[in-house]
Amino acid sequence: MKLKVKSSWVIPLVAIISGFIVGAIIMLIFGYDPIQNYASLFDGAFGGVYSVGETLRNMTPLILTALGFSVASKAGFFNIGGSGQYLMGWFGAIIVALKFSFLPGWLLIIVSILAGALLGGLWSAIAGVLRAYFGTSEVITTIMLNYVSLYFVNFAVKDWLAGKGEDSSPNIAAKASLRGNFLENLTANSTLHWGFLIAIIICFVIWFYFNRMKSGFELRSVGINEEASKYAGMNVKKTIIMSMLISGLLAGLGGALDGLGNFQNISVSNALPQVGYDGMAVALLVNYSPIGIILSALLFSALQIGGMSISVYSNTPTEIVSIVTAAIIFFVAIKYVIELLLNKRKNKPQKKEAVKEEGAGK
Amino acid sequence: MNLTTTLMTILSTTLVYAAPLIFTALGGTFSERSGIVNVGLEGMMIVGAFSSSVFTLNFAHTFGDATPWISLLVGGAFGCLFSALHAVATVSFRADHIISGTVLNMMAPALCVFLTRIFYDGKGQTPEIDQGLGTKTIPFLVNIPFFGKVFFTQTSLVAWFAIIVAVICWYILYRTGFGLRLRSVGENPAAADTLGINVYKYRYIGVLISGFLGGLGGAVMAQSITLSFSISTISGQGFMALAAMIFGKWNPLGAMGAAVFFGLAQSLPIIGAYIPGLAGVNSVWFQIAPYLITIIVLVLFLGKSVGPAADGENYIKSK
Amino acid sequence: MTEKFVEMRHITKKFGQFKANDDISLSVHKGEILALLGENGAGKSTLMGMLSGLLETTSGEILINGKEVKMKNPREAKDYGIGMVHQHFMLIPAFTVLENIILGDEPIKRGGRIDYSGAEKRIKELSARYQLDIDIHAKVLDITVGMQQRVEIMKALYREANIFIFDEPTAALTPQEIDQLMKIFRALADEGKSIIFITHKLKEIKETADRCVVIRNGRVIDTVEVKDATEEHLAEMMVGRKLRNSVEKKQVDQDKLVLDVKKLNVEKNGWLGVKNLDIQVHTGEIVGVAGIDGNGQTELIEAITGMRKIKSGSIEIKGKHYENKPVRQITEAGVGYIPEDRQTVGLILPLTLAENLSLKNYYQKPANKSGVLNYQYINEHGRQLISDYDIRSQNEQVAVGSLSGGNQQKVVVARELASDPDLLIAANPTRGVDVGAIEYIHEMINNERNSGKAVLLVSFELDEILKLSDRIVVMHAGEIVGEIDPKDTSAQELGLMMAGKKVQANTQEAVK
Repeated sequence: MKLKVKSSWVIPLVAIISGFIVGAIIMLIFGYDPIQNYASLFDGAFGGVYSVGETLRNMTPLILTALGFSVASKAGFFNIGGSGQYLMGWFGAIIVALKFSFLPGWLLIIVSILAGALLGGLWSAIAGVLRAYFGTSEVITTIMLNYVSLYFVNFAVKDWLAGKGEDSSPNIAAKASLRGNFLENLTANSTLHWGFLIAIIICFVIWFYFNRMKSGFELRSVGINEEASKYAGMNVKKTIIMSMLISGLLAGLGGALDGLGNFQNISVSNALPQVGYDGMAVALLVNYSPIGIILSALLFSALQIGGMSISVYSNTPTEIVSIVTAAIIFFVAIKYVIELLLNKRKNKPQKKEAVKEEGAGK
Repeated sequence: MNLTTTLMTILSTTLVYAAPLIFTALGGTFSERSGIVNVGLEGMMIVGAFSSSVFTLNFAHTFGDATPWISLLVGGAFGCLFSALHAVATVSFRADHIISGTVLNMMAPALCVFLTRIFYDGKGQTPEIDQGLGTKTIPFLVNIPFFGKVFFTQTSLVAWFAIIVAVICWYILYRTGFGLRLRSVGENPAAADTLGINVYKYRYIGVLISGFLGGLGGAVMAQSITLSFSISTISGQGFMALAAMIFGKWNPLGAMGAAVFFGLAQSLPIIGAYIPGLAGVNSVWFQIAPYLITIIVLVLFLGKSVGPAADGENYIKSK
Repeated sequence: MTEKFVEMRHITKKFGQFKANDDISLSVHKGEILALLGENGAGKSTLMGMLSGLLETTSGEILINGKEVKMKNPREAKDYGIGMVHQHFMLIPAFTVLENIILGDEPIKRGGRIDYSGAEKRIKELSARYQLDIDIHAKVLDITVGMQQRVEIMKALYREANIFIFDEPTAALTPQEIDQLMKIFRALADEGKSIIFITHKLKEIKETADRCVVIRNGRVIDTVEVKDATEEHLAEMMVGRKLRNSVEKKQVDQDKLVLDVKKLNVEKNGWLGVKNLDIQVHTGEIVGVAGIDGNGQTELIEAITGMRKIKSGSIEIKGKHYENKPVRQITEAGVGYIPEDRQTVGLILPLTLAENLSLKNYYQKPANKSGVLNYQYINEHGRQLISDYDIRSQNEQVAVGSLSGGNQQKVVVARELASDPDLLIAANPTRGVDVGAIEYIHEMINNERNSGKAVLLVSFELDEILKLSDRIVVMHAGEIVGEIDPKDTSAQELGLMMAGKKVQANTQEAVK
């Protein structure tokens, strides 16, 4: 337990290094040069203001889907539905931006963002309600809702937004876009947009929510122990639904900001957006810490943006980056072993076994 | 189309789509009966689909007609190998079962597409398989009046095989000492331990069987439905199999029944047109239906359905 | 009685730096019943864990029939004829009794099938020989605690055990069931089997055991012939000092009705867990609810505190109705509640001590200001209660899960009493708590009574009920089967009532 402060840094660090080593080994096996690839990865992510701009821009949805996943996790739920909620948010923002284009710019942006966030929130609140009132596992429902959202959005884009025979909506008006001259000039015309700033601010808001607010306290309590929370007089059902609502709001916000800032439109896709799953990775790496998520998102964003350069400068498939990501999370998952190895090296006596004094555990 | 042909079409399509789900759901049953939650079935299916596709593409000329069938075993073997990751993480290294399963689901597509690009000139999709599992008319059985024609003309052999496997799995879990022990470590590992049952061993076995059957399920998917491997070959079937296992109350026969039902739902986009009254419905509903039906079924019939008591709990033995 | 069946020599067991057992030696003879006496946490279970192969010794040796043995797992212990009956039964609720008995030693027929009928035949023989009444086709989740224990004994007999280890075997039994168990002990001993039983109940030792080993803080204090020792002497050795056996009851007004429950029906898994029940608690009195675990006490309390929905009936607290009201509303009506299970209900273990001490007031001013929590206040409130209630902890910021059982319970008691409730509901308030903390908690509960508060006490420990209560009601199968004055009743009489026998008692409330 005393190791806690340190291990909150040590474990992600060891996991990251191990993940990169796994990636290097795989590259070596298939005859690619890991050092060159990692160098071009770094260069692709940070080698110049443009790259930095792209990396920061790509952090935006990662941060928000990660925060969304964290809120649900703190409340004790495994919300695998980030992808679907993000997609709904993206769709919601674009359709409002297109259909209400008569509104003044600032209002249009706000309304579009809210619409996207809300759609994402309602989408995951479905899982929350089913969990609270029927006890249905949110793991299954959020996954199923992912696919429902995929097919629904594809249908809606084709039937409601795109022109005949086209697979994409028109672009939103410039006044609805989150991009701005200031950021474009600063980063050599990268796609960095104001959504990034919003995402960073939301990190601090969520930190405050978890650690200082009554409602955040209730959410954490319910996440740890529903029965005790009920005993303490908390409204467990309300908290469950609210946590899933907030979780989806955040992922939906991610989609909305990405749509209005990055894509400027929405297209039919044949797979779920990967960002929902990446957001889980971002959150898991730092054990759901809202502030840690900023750093974690920077890492994963750099991997993705830099990863694209890998296949530019060599013929290594970019998927190596996803392998590294998965490996990192694998090492986070088996943190028990990392702790064990660290403790052994320090030769510290293990005290926690004493708790098990009553016999064979529970 | 007359009634017999309509039923025949619906049934044979249903079985084609059910087969991968049956195998995978049976896999999930073994894992969760031993106490290890397995949301990584999707990843295991992906590995199975990929490895079987590669096998078929490379060895079709060596093994001829038997190739797709052998490729199922190959898919199972690689699925099994891949599931070892989940077993080590959860059983030995005390990882959270859902996180570990999610890692499998992240790792599998990354690894398989990575390899696909290496093997097939940078393309994200394998070439088409020449000869899949296809459908066959089963001699003798087809002669049973009415039913024979409906059930056994142009039907999916592998689906009938899956149904037989389900019965075998049930026998193993509920009639043998091995099954009793495997279930006991999923119910109360501490109690099993006091009786000298090696909890870790049985949990490893449970997960590895699930990997084999999940890989097999993925292979069936590739060999009978998509006929190639790409990122979208497996799109949620693993999770649907998981839902089938829950719907089937962690019982092999129940899981099989639920898988057949979900197979029907999965085949809706194809057979919807043949069902009277559904022909005019927008196809988006058929695409959404399987997932929506899964949710509705879980809400209506299950709620808090009772799985193995210690499912998802790590067992920590004190020394 | 001469052969030494088991001998443990100089056994030491360390968990990290902590010595759970320190140089313990003991022996058991053939046909002997040996009691192992000690407080919670004295190291009894650890010692027996080593004898049954669950734990490995740090040093020392174990001899069986004079030969040194090393047991790495329970299976090896079984091969040496050792059978252990754990305090928390090691049974699988979803399995049948038969499956539980044969698990791990299944007789196998051709085709890998389990030979259920062969196993059944053997179990029936054993059950007749030792008069162990069990229903082998029932699921364990459907049978009584007493039968579960017989199943555990059968498991050991089925494995041909010669040495039976019982860990707190009477904790959940009625006095009658205890008598029956003691008879089984005798029967086993007469067949030449040896028995070691862990307990902290002196009466049982006097009744059955031949010899008694007293353990305190991981060391053997003494080994005595039971017939030569008095209960007082044994108790002193166990605790290390003299114990007070009573609390001081002041004369207080008991005229005002605080809790009035009428015709209460509560459902439990589809049937009535509480049936048509009436109970009243007045100011300045402790009403003890005696009964065996699972006879509706939990449902009764959960209904009163709002944790569980009621089917029908009325619950009045200080004259106002509180049926199916939210928990918080009932708390605010002046109800303090010490739940049965502090680990899963009363506390949120990973949260800090301060946060746990504020679980019932975090949402009110001054802890909560328009949605933002005032941690300065919460921590200060925590420090205050830590010193007021003598909670042993480094500071208020540690996770409450890291405290000892006794201290955890003090946290619950402190929080519930700090709100100055008019009605205190306490369910098994001293379960799994060391003797020092038990005394303290009893004092605190009695103080509430002495200051004119109403107390409803549910306990499975008859001694606790008899010591604290002004009135005792007995619950059986969801009903109150009688009410008695603690001054003129005995454990035997209570026991009969707990088993469902309606007794003509000396108050008018008695039989309905």
